[in-house]
Amino acid sequence: MLGHVKDSSAKRPALLARLKGRGRRGEVVFIALSALAALTLVALVLLMVYELTVTALPSLQRFGAGFIGATTWDPVNEQFGALTAIYGTLVTSFLAMVIAVPLSVGAAVFLAELAPHGVRDAASFLIELLAAVPSVIYGLWGLFVLVPLVKHPLEAFLGDYLGFLPLFQGPRFGVGMLAGGIILAIMVLPIVTATARDIIRMVPDSQKEAMLALGATRWETIWKVVLPYARSGITGAIILGLGRALGETMAVTMVIGNAPIISASLFSPAHTMASQVASEFAEATGRLYISSLIEIGLLLLGITLVVNVLARLLVWKSTGGSRTGEAV
Amino acid sequence: MTGLRKATNAMMLSLCGLSALLAVAALVAILGYTISKGLPAISFQFLTSLPQPVGETGGGVGNAIVGTLLLVGLACVFGIPLGLLAGIYVAEFARPKVAFAVRFTADVLFGVPSIVTGLFVYGLVVIKMQGYSALSGGIALALIMAPIIARTAEESMKLVPTTLREAGLALGIPRWRTILSIVLPGALPGVVTGIMLGTARVAGETAPLIFTAFGSRLGYQGLDEPVAALPLQIYRYAISPYRDWQQQAWAAAVLLVMGGLVVSVVVRVLTRRRLH
Repeated sequence: MLGHVKDSSAKRPALLARLKGRGRRGEVVFIALSALAALTLVALVLLMVYELTVTALPSLQRFGAGFIGATTWDPVNEQFGALTAIYGTLVTSFLAMVIAVPLSVGAAVFLAELAPHGVRDAASFLIELLAAVPSVIYGLWGLFVLVPLVKHPLEAFLGDYLGFLPLFQGPRFGVGMLAGGIILAIMVLPIVTATARDIIRMVPDSQKEAMLALGATRWETIWKVVLPYARSGITGAIILGLGRALGETMAVTMVIGNAPIISASLFSPAHTMASQVASEFAEATGRLYISSLIEIGLLLLGITLVVNVLARLLVWKSTGGSRTGEAV
Repeated sequence: MTGLRKATNAMMLSLCGLSALLAVAALVAILGYTISKGLPAISFQFLTSLPQPVGETGGGVGNAIVGTLLLVGLACVFGIPLGLLAGIYVAEFARPKVAFAVRFTADVLFGVPSIVTGLFVYGLVVIKMQGYSALSGGIALALIMAPIIARTAEESMKLVPTTLREAGLALGIPRWRTILSIVLPGALPGVVTGIMLGTARVAGETAPLIFTAFGSRLGYQGLDEPVAALPLQIYRYAISPYRDWQQQAWAAAVLLVMGGLVVSVVVRVLTRRRLH
């Protein structure tokens, strides 16, 4: 590359002269422009918080802090509260993590430690592809394929055999928190897997070799050395997935049934903060209704900001800042 | 004892393999089903015509294809310069602390749910322009795209050896020309990869468009008017009770998936070449 630059400038002095020309002023303009762009990115986050707060003002003034704890969602009488949506968000995201975490850590260990080269590359590519499928397509598939499956074999099985638990009681619709949690798990899986895989790869070989030399099996090496060494990074990867699950919109909107219900049963329809905004915004009339939905968005922003900052710090700490933390 | 340890080892290692297999199986299940269901419904007429009212057969997603291309184009117009310049600043000019802050914000911005970005643009643009518009949709997508481009541009520019920059500077070329004519070309595969990833990501976004581009059953009406988009059309058709519309949702989904697949494969080829 270096040779290439020298050659072309020697052969074409005109080019060099042109490159040298337009000196200081271009420099200043260019640095100013790029600094402005960087500043804009930072300012956007702040502006986002400000703008959402301003548009949510009618609701903030009317309901105050009670908004978070109220379970009423009654557009007709203009009484709004966020608790049903917060509940739905937490339950579906938690369920998604319960399903996705063991699977993604297992898959990440397989990809980083066990798989032969060819298999690793192919599987990594496919899993990253899974991360690139648009949310609305998960929703489409979820609505027409997953929901019927959840209704018949899954909820029937859980209800018949584990029906003594409050989690698995009540009418079986198919749409509901269970379907929402499962679709979220599928969507979070590739993100956690790809990030955790990169972190596990960073574990020094010397650590593993020491353990293997002591006569440990490969699994014991993974369980006692690799995973503990990568713990904070993997935690970061998991929280990153959680951040995604909390804010995921379309797929959940399409399979959760969208009803302002708090129920212990996973079979029950519910809504999440994101799905409530997505499904009701187009029909929302009146300033208070719209600003209440925007306040839900503001709360969601707050939650995901906290979760993301936490996740990035953990992932960065264990990869030295080189990992963007996405399936790239 | 040894037998038990060996058995545990074999079992846990197989479970890890099984997890990876499940993840791949999920992809095959979703993509396979979508393609098998949607592909037969794609025709020339489907690709080119406008949606028909309920009850009339035929109709297509021509306007949504145009709308998605327009929205993605607008997102590129705003998002690429913003992301690229921010990436250049962080990689080339910023002091370490500033670089950290910008990088961190870009990552955080990337983690903001796209629906919240949509609400933000609703307040920022839609309310002020007093109406849903293609322009606001493009801006929302640009905000999602910019951090991806900024991060990948920065990462790949950092991989360009310092000696190249020094060579440029030693020839008396100003820093900004060095960056544009020497560093950026060297980092091009990575930069292009970032742009393509960003494009692919926003092309499939639905949630932010609900409050911005809004969707439309008409063709392009102007930048200040609502515009159709493939993902929005898939959503509306999927939750509709009409079998014909649901079928069209699958077909439109195939278009979206195909677009994404092409981008992913191209990106894969580009990054391969960079690494070897």
